[in-house]
Parts: sequence; C-alpha cells; structure tokens
Amino acid sequence: MILSAENLSLTRGRNLVLDRVTIALEPGTVTAICGPNGAGKSSLLMTLAGLLKPVAGRVELDGEPLASLHPRQRAQAIGYLPQTPEVAWDVSVANLVSLGRLPHRDAGDAAVAHALDSADLGSLAQRPVSTLSGGEKARALLARVLAGEPRWILADEPLAALDLAHQLAMLATLRTEAESGTGVVLVLHDLTLAMNHAQRVLVLREGRLLADGPPEHALSSEVIAQGWNVQARWLGEPGAWALAVS
Amino acid sequence: MSGRAISLLVAAIVLALPLSLLAGRVWLDPFDPHLRNAAVILIELRLPRAVLALTVGAGLGAAGAAMQGYLRNPLADPGLFGIAPGAALGAVLSFWTGWAATGWALPLFALIGAGGAMALLALIAGRSGGIALFTLAGLMIASLAGALMSLAISLSPTPFAMSEIVVWLMGAVADRSWRDVWIALPLTLAGIALLIAAGRSLDALTLGDMAARSLGVEPRRLQVLLIGGIGLTVGAGVAVAGIIGFVGLIVPHLIRPLTDRKPSSLIVPSALAGALLLLLADMLCRVLPLAGGELRLGIALSLIGAPFFLHLLLRMRRELA
Repeated sequence: MILSAENLSLTRGRNLVLDRVTIALEPGTVTAICGPNGAGKSSLLMTLAGLLKPVAGRVELDGEPLASLHPRQRAQAIGYLPQTPEVAWDVSVANLVSLGRLPHRDAGDAAVAHALDSADLGSLAQRPVSTLSGGEKARALLARVLAGEPRWILADEPLAALDLAHQLAMLATLRTEAESGTGVVLVLHDLTLAMNHAQRVLVLREGRLLADGPPEHALSSEVIAQGWNVQARWLGEPGAWALAVS
Repeated sequence: MSGRAISLLVAAIVLALPLSLLAGRVWLDPFDPHLRNAAVILIELRLPRAVLALTVGAGLGAAGAAMQGYLRNPLADPGLFGIAPGAALGAVLSFWTGWAATGWALPLFALIGAGGAMALLALIAGRSGGIALFTLAGLMIASLAGALMSLAISLSPTPFAMSEIVVWLMGAVADRSWRDVWIALPLTLAGIALLIAAGRSLDALTLGDMAARSLGVEPRRLQVLLIGGIGLTVGAGVAVAGIIGFVGLIVPHLIRPLTDRKPSSLIVPSALAGALLLLLADMLCRVLPLAGGELRLGIALSLIGAPFFLHLLLRMRRELA
C-alpha cells in the first residue's frame, strides 16, 4: 500500500506552503520529514493524511486518490497524531485509546489491549488522563493511533515533549510497527534522531523538497548547510551519529 | 459506562412522578376514597404538566450535553447557538400580532423562529465546518434575536400584550394541556435521537479538531446533526414553556462524574437528569406559597442555577490557583 503525492501544492491563506512536492512512500519503513521552521513539514503530513485539501496535485493511496475515499475508509487506513496533544475530557486511558476504534465502529477490545501493551500502558489503563505525566500522555495518544490498526501512521513531532528514554521507547514502538508492515511517517525536528532512527528522510525548505533518500544522503553536511544555513558535520558511526555544529 | 447512572435516574423519575402528581396548591391524598373526584385535576392538569416538564427538561439536558461536547467546554450552554432566543422571538411576535390567543399560533411561531435561527446558523457557518465561526454565528443570532425581542416589547401595541410577553418569557409549564405535550414530545424525541447520532463524532472531538477529522469525522455532517438536534429540542421546549435557562448548563455537569466522561455517554443520562430536575423544580414552584400566584419555573431555575454557576467558577478558580 503505497502513499504517494504528485506535484502537491498547498496554500494557507495567501501563502504557498507546499510547492509541487512529489514523493512515493513505501510501507514497512520509518520515514522522517525534516526541515527548518515554516518549511511546510506539518502541512505536508496533514495533506498526506487527507486533512488539508491541496490546490494542485493529489495524494494517492495505492493509486487511488485519497479524496475519493470515504472519510471513514481513509481513517481506517491512515492514523494521524497531531502535534499538540489535546484531551478535552478527563476520560480513562483505556477509553482514550479506544477512541482509535471509531473509524471501525467496533469496540475492538483485542486491538485496544494490544495497543495498550505496545505503548506499555497496561497498568495505567483505568487511570484518568489528567493524572498522567507528559510522557505517559504522549504514549497514550500514540496507543490511540495504534488501536485503529492503520496501514499508515503519520505523527507530527511525536517525540518533542519526551525525555531521552521515552523518545527511544516510542521510537522502538514505531519501529516495531514498521517492521510489521505499517508505513510510519514522522515529522522530526531533531536531526540526530532522524539520522539515527529513520530509514528515509525527506527534507523540506520553503515548501519544496530539498532532499529525499537514506539519512546519510538526505541529511549530509551540504543539505544541512542549504536547508538550515548551518555548517555542521556528523561525528560517530552508523546508528550513533552526533551532529557537530561549527 | 453510563448504565448505572441511567438506571438510577430512571428510578428517581419513577419515584418523583407520582409525587409530583399529588403535590400542588391542593394536595391529593392517594388513600382518599374520593380521589376519583380529583381525576380531572390529575389527568387534564397535573399529568400533562408533569409530562411537559419531563419533556422540556430532557430536551434541554441532552442539548446541553451535546453543546458541551461539541465546544469541548464544560461551561457551554445550548443558548449559545441562538436557537432559544430565535424561538422566543417567534413567540413574542405571536403575542405582538395578537395571534397568540388563537390556539396553535404561539408554538408555531416559536418553532418557525427556532427554524429561522437554525437556517441562519447553517447559512453563516457555511461549508467550513469550523467551530469558532459556528459559535460566533450563534452568538450573533442570539444578540440579534434579543434586540428584536426588546424592540417588539417596547413597541407592543397594548400594555396587556407587553405584560403577557414578559410573563411568558419567564418560562413555565403551568396551565398547559395535552396539546402542548403532543407538540413538544415528538420534536424533542426526534431531536434527542439526532444528538445521540452525533455521539461518536463528539467523542472523537475530545482529541481536538484535526484528530477528530483524521478519525473520519465529517465536520459538516456533525454540524447538521447538532443544528437539527439542538434546534428541535430547544425550539420545542421554548415553544411550549418559554425560556428556561441553566438546565443545559448544570445538568451535564452534575452527571459527568457519574459517567466515563465521554460526550456520547453523557447525552441520555443528561436527558433523564434534565427531565428529573424540571419535574422537581416545577413541583417546588407549585408547592411554595407565594402571594399572587406561583413562582415561575424559569425564575426558579435561574435562582438555583446562578449560585450553582458561581460555585463552578469559584471551584475552577481554586483549581487554577
């Protein structure tokens, strides 16, 4: 199930935020979308999730235009995790996670239990969301996406509010999902995390695709200089790179 | 689960209903052998009044629960959408034109007013499905309807019409007949059914606008369900009972802790609790000795509701401090 975009352009207000972006994403891999602030990362993710309507070009899921799918079908295939975690009512963790089953219109008890397990929330299932720490809440919101058993997981900065250990734990969960055939697309601010944990990196700058490929290429010193106007080089070894900024 | 809350509330209504039939200026003794003589009072006065209180309360409670779910705000009230003021404006115009005296005109005008507010709301909110625009449109309609109502009152043709309007606006279920029940009951039930149908989408909104859409929620469809559901419940309520505030605000609040706090779990229990609250409040109005008649239901609920609202605000302030 390939998620692709062809000549995708998007405006918000009068600004062109995506400019003829063409990509084809493969399931079973972790893809990171990187770029400086305002490059259009979140807009690209939301458009890929079918939540924003492009002014030109289109998004396709396995060759079928996303816009032609019924919203519920689309929701079954693509799980989206927004950047700002919001839970309006103080529901229990189990109830929060079960919201992920809404597109399927079933209780999906097994899927909910599995999602709680995957996010290591089994012991917190009955706790009200308001009593969770930031890291626990982020895991609960990810579990909500997992409970929907989507073919694609699109997450906007899922690691931003987490400490190092929780970042690694969440990345491990996402990698497990990818290994089981799910497509995982993450907007990541942290280039080191993208370099070490993504299998493919897309770099955006001013709405255009600047680089696309394995992290060593897409996040090379040249690309970083072009995209961020920062002189930097990678130190270390594969899987444990650190960014040295000069 | 809200099953426990529902059975509790149903049991309370089953207990309160006979009590409300017996209570009043003239108390009825169920063991009195001459009770049969009071059958007319029971069947033609007190029973329709009780059923009407239950109906209007159920509609307001369910509408309040749905509103709070939609706006993700525990302080939202169905009055915010301007449907109640729209219905009240319709009713005021029926007094103003003098047609209120002719049987069906008053509720019909009120329903047309509610329908007009609903149509205007749908028109302004347009195809965007955005919550902020929708709420602002509702507020605009509410203040417009309020201004027109004041205009109608200030220009009322006779002092009698003016006093009629003012008294009616205070809200009551006194001196109502089965006809009012047959107007309000089907509309309210249909409205509650629409609100129940919106439940899943309201649950999804717990996670915010974008996440809800990613879960397959169609914002326009949700707005149509809410305009229909709140329009029918609140419109029918205002048409037969005038303006009765605070029920839609208080009831979901009281009920929320008894449920799993999902908006969908709150709609039916809030309907039941709203019904119970209005039944009890109306009973209180009848029983309280008051020179010159009985306390108006709308005033009674505001008297209960305003301090409760203040209590809520103070508690929120403590939590924020």
